[in-house]
Amino acid sequence: MSTITASLGTDRVRWLRPTLTVLVAAAVAVGAPFYFAPFQVFQLTMVLVYAVALSGLNLLTGFGGQISLGHGAFFAAGAYTAAVMLDRYDTSHLATLPAAAAGCFLLGLGFGVPALRLRGLYLALVTLSFAVFLPPLLKRLEPVTGGSMGLTVNKMQPPAWSGLAEDQWMYFVVLAVTAVALLLARNLLRSRVGRALLAVRDNESAAEVMGVRLSLHKTLAFAWSAMFAGVAGCLYTWVIGFVSPDSFSFVLSITLLAGLVVGGLGSLYGPLLGAAFVMYVPSVSQDVSEAAPGVVFGLLIITVMFVAPTGLAGLPGRVLGAVARRPPRTTAALDRMPEAESAPDAEPESQALSGPSETHTPADPAVVDAEPVGAPPRTEKE
Amino acid sequence: MSAVTDLLQQVVEGLGSGAVYASLALALVLIHRFTGIVNFAQGELAMLSTYVAWQLVASGMPYWLALPATLAVSFAGGMLLERIVIRPVQGAPELTVVIVTVGLFIFVNALAGLIWSFTVKDFPQPFPDGGLDVSGVRMDWSTLGIIGVVAVVMGLLYLLFQHTSIGLVMRAVACNPASARLSGIRVGWVLMLGWGLAATVGAVSGVLVAPVLFLEPNMMGGVLIYAFAAATLGGFDSPVGAVVGGLFVGVAETLTGAYVDVIGADLKVGVPLVIILAVLLVRPQGLFGRAAVERA
Amino acid sequence: MRKTTALRAAAAATAALLTATACSSQRGQDAQDTTAGGACKGQQTTGITDKTIKLGGIYPLSGPASAYGTISKGVAAYFSHVNDKGGIDGRKVEFVVRDDGYQPPKAVEEARRLVEQEKVFAVFQTLGTPSTAAVWDYLNKQKVPQPFVATGASAWGTGDQHPWTIGWQPNYVAEARVYAKYLKDARPKAKVAVLYQNDDFGKDLLGGFKKAVAGSGVKVVAEESYEVTDPSVSAQMASLARSKADVLLDVTTPKFGSQALAADAKNTKWNPLHIVNNVASSAAVLKPVGFKNVQGVVSATYFKDPADPQWAADPEMKAYKDALHKYAPDADPANQFNAYGWAVASSLHQALDAMKCPTREGLRDAVRSLKDVKVGMLLPGVTMSTGHGDAFPLETMQLMRFKGERWQLFGKPVDTRKEFGPAAK
Repeated sequence: MSTITASLGTDRVRWLRPTLTVLVAAAVAVGAPFYFAPFQVFQLTMVLVYAVALSGLNLLTGFGGQISLGHGAFFAAGAYTAAVMLDRYDTSHLATLPAAAAGCFLLGLGFGVPALRLRGLYLALVTLSFAVFLPPLLKRLEPVTGGSMGLTVNKMQPPAWSGLAEDQWMYFVVLAVTAVALLLARNLLRSRVGRALLAVRDNESAAEVMGVRLSLHKTLAFAWSAMFAGVAGCLYTWVIGFVSPDSFSFVLSITLLAGLVVGGLGSLYGPLLGAAFVMYVPSVSQDVSEAAPGVVFGLLIITVMFVAPTGLAGLPGRVLGAVARRPPRTTAALDRMPEAESAPDAEPESQALSGPSETHTPADPAVVDAEPVGAPPRTEKE
Repeated sequence: MSAVTDLLQQVVEGLGSGAVYASLALALVLIHRFTGIVNFAQGELAMLSTYVAWQLVASGMPYWLALPATLAVSFAGGMLLERIVIRPVQGAPELTVVIVTVGLFIFVNALAGLIWSFTVKDFPQPFPDGGLDVSGVRMDWSTLGIIGVVAVVMGLLYLLFQHTSIGLVMRAVACNPASARLSGIRVGWVLMLGWGLAATVGAVSGVLVAPVLFLEPNMMGGVLIYAFAAATLGGFDSPVGAVVGGLFVGVAETLTGAYVDVIGADLKVGVPLVIILAVLLVRPQGLFGRAAVERA
Repeated sequence: MRKTTALRAAAAATAALLTATACSSQRGQDAQDTTAGGACKGQQTTGITDKTIKLGGIYPLSGPASAYGTISKGVAAYFSHVNDKGGIDGRKVEFVVRDDGYQPPKAVEEARRLVEQEKVFAVFQTLGTPSTAAVWDYLNKQKVPQPFVATGASAWGTGDQHPWTIGWQPNYVAEARVYAKYLKDARPKAKVAVLYQNDDFGKDLLGGFKKAVAGSGVKVVAEESYEVTDPSVSAQMASLARSKADVLLDVTTPKFGSQALAADAKNTKWNPLHIVNNVASSAAVLKPVGFKNVQGVVSATYFKDPADPQWAADPEMKAYKDALHKYAPDADPANQFNAYGWAVASSLHQALDAMKCPTREGLRDAVRSLKDVKVGMLLPGVTMSTGHGDAFPLETMQLMRFKGERWQLFGKPVDTRKEFGPAAK
């Protein structure tokens, strides 16, 4: 419950800080496309697209404690919804967004029902097999989806009044959608739904006893999460202008989950960091070693997990915490032996961080939500 | 050939694929029993072990000498991996460990490509050519050999889990490391042992399937998905379940691919999915898994 | 305390932003594409000077299709080799390789990087149908040549929406026609079973084959597909064996090619004529199966297989092996993908030599007006030709049969243009 008490903190300064942060972030975000070269703007756009998908996955995994390895499939569903509408029915780009969102919400609702019975590992693997199954299915539905050749659709064009280049316009559109999506994710978590989710994650039985309607909330979590992935897929189609079944292999699902964990589970800005990781690190890997970028990429994932076991979002907190309180406990946090600690949710120093100390990173008002989580309840144990 | 012979032939093919899935599923079950995690890199580690065997044979070592050497290297390598790569994140959230294995997957795959290139390698077949022919149904010695070895490994694991003290110790560690440590169990060693054994079983799997699938860095990528399906179906705790699950998935996908035209070879991967989903909805712990007891 | 931290952070960020905008924005540089004067007035000379020419290639160096990444080594070795001999028409080639991991969004990103940041003269090559399809709209809009893409889909030559993009290798439809013609001549009543990869490559080849045998006595009696993510094709092979077809058309990529050949060899009750498509016909694919198991297998080719001893004394092959040894010592010269890279790079060399203007427009036009251009690495009798209404450089292939330890070419090179007319969508 520390979350709730912390977010109810009445400190007057708490007002000023987020306002300023938001203003600065907005200024940077709006200024970026006028400064960077078009292809860098494109990269930023893709970061935002992935961030939307990751924040959806975060709802489910970070806050809901359920692991999905099938979010690439929802992403694909959203992308194909948009592409098919643009290709077959010549709809406007904007019209595809609600359709992709609603479609994936319903799809997620359908998946949420078995998700009620399955947890942790089993849910992860069932969703993974869904992700494996989708590409051949898309190929089979050739009359609609264009089969294995995929569909090429028009990208969004800037209106004449804007005076912007294509990449800039695209960036702003995606930025707007992302901002709305991230706000929505934030508000969802602060709502009844979010509190129920956190309660369920932390202790399912207790939550149920306290009157949380378990099945409803778990199903809804899956649906919301799928909707975010679908919206991201729709944005993907707008930006790339091309979809093909093999673009959405199960590797995408695994990449999304890896990105989220690297960025930081259960943190509101973890998805942004994770998206940046997914976007930029493969290029960096190639600069390090052209012969085998995969070797570097794999090592970087492992290294980040070593340095920041709770994700990049938790890193500043860990570092500051380590500096603030001299060794004995904190160093143990980095290379903690299994003998030393058992249950992952017993993270003493992070609990301390979520209290009102000034070791917070100044970047986000929601840092209180960043307590490390992610340990899905283990099911099949006695 | 009659229709019945055809059908039986397809069943045999399915058993052949199923045995391949089962062999890797055993390694997945093993590591899960020991450490409670899902190791995405298990297939890639098996592939790496197979390359070690290939390298030994290619440099002139006789096959039956190279095999035990490979198993020993894999065991040591698995233990080392636990100590160096997994131990530092052991206390972190479970997902962190899983993502480390994803990183390992990418790393090992690229490393094998870097060292041995992506060209297909021929791997020596320990079983004789040819096969049995029972009234028109052909079964290769290699298929029988794989099934036989998988059965032996399954039996050994069953004995290990049920009839040795290590089985008990390991279950204690996977369930609750802290309590296990308090009762005097050396948790670190148990986890290392788990990784070492899983790597060894994986090496057996890789060496078995390499002559059939042909050795290249992506050899185990496709197998992994089916091995997951097999383990899920059978229950992630049970070696018997992994083998039954593997054979069932193999036969089910082969038969539907061959006989149900609407599904066909392209969508057959959906069949195990549907079966798994159905089984899990009825029995969430899998066919042979233990029912989860909720701690209130 | 908090207040000051926040204010400081805000101030720092604002300052950073202001500095950034004050400095010349990175954005300003992109509009300065250069143009030529004289007879070539107004044409783009980005990426090309009198001394240099800059090319960018996008290959899967990581991910599931990494096996093809080595093509870039063959290409790079060729350009290094040419640079040592003075370059192409006095211009040194700078070849930038980027990795897309076989993912279309990465391909788009890398194509934009090559065009906007690296300012390459042309994007040579993109590999794979998905990646190529994802970037060709962009490249054509930017008027950047995309010559000789490393995929045989027929789409690259059939439309007229993308004049800046052109294929190179014989398209899959053309290859299918070669097999169709062979069967119509040699086995006019053949019943054919087809194993194909369920993507553009397999579908294109299968479709082309069906069209080419339509109306003849050759019939497709069974077809089975597999996904690249499948571990094995043994189940599909068992299904095909039920058809009792007398010909097996094997449309697979290397690993699955080896599996299919091995499965065919093991099944002693079904002995069809095995036709393996070009992609899986390298000696490197057949060797693991055992040469004794692949006797009599038929395929078609258009460039010299470096693993084939019959080209050991060929001067171009010698130059290739020396150069690869020198510039890419870790690459295997016997790998046919390296030789493919060499062949396509030397083809581009010919096209660059044929440019009337040293401009992007010059290259675009040059690759579309090739007249029987000979390339050392291509088989004797196989030449590049394009022209009005024909955007497929290579459409000739020669059949070969495996005998002993090597492929033996037989018959004359089959020019599918003459036999079947232009490839239509």
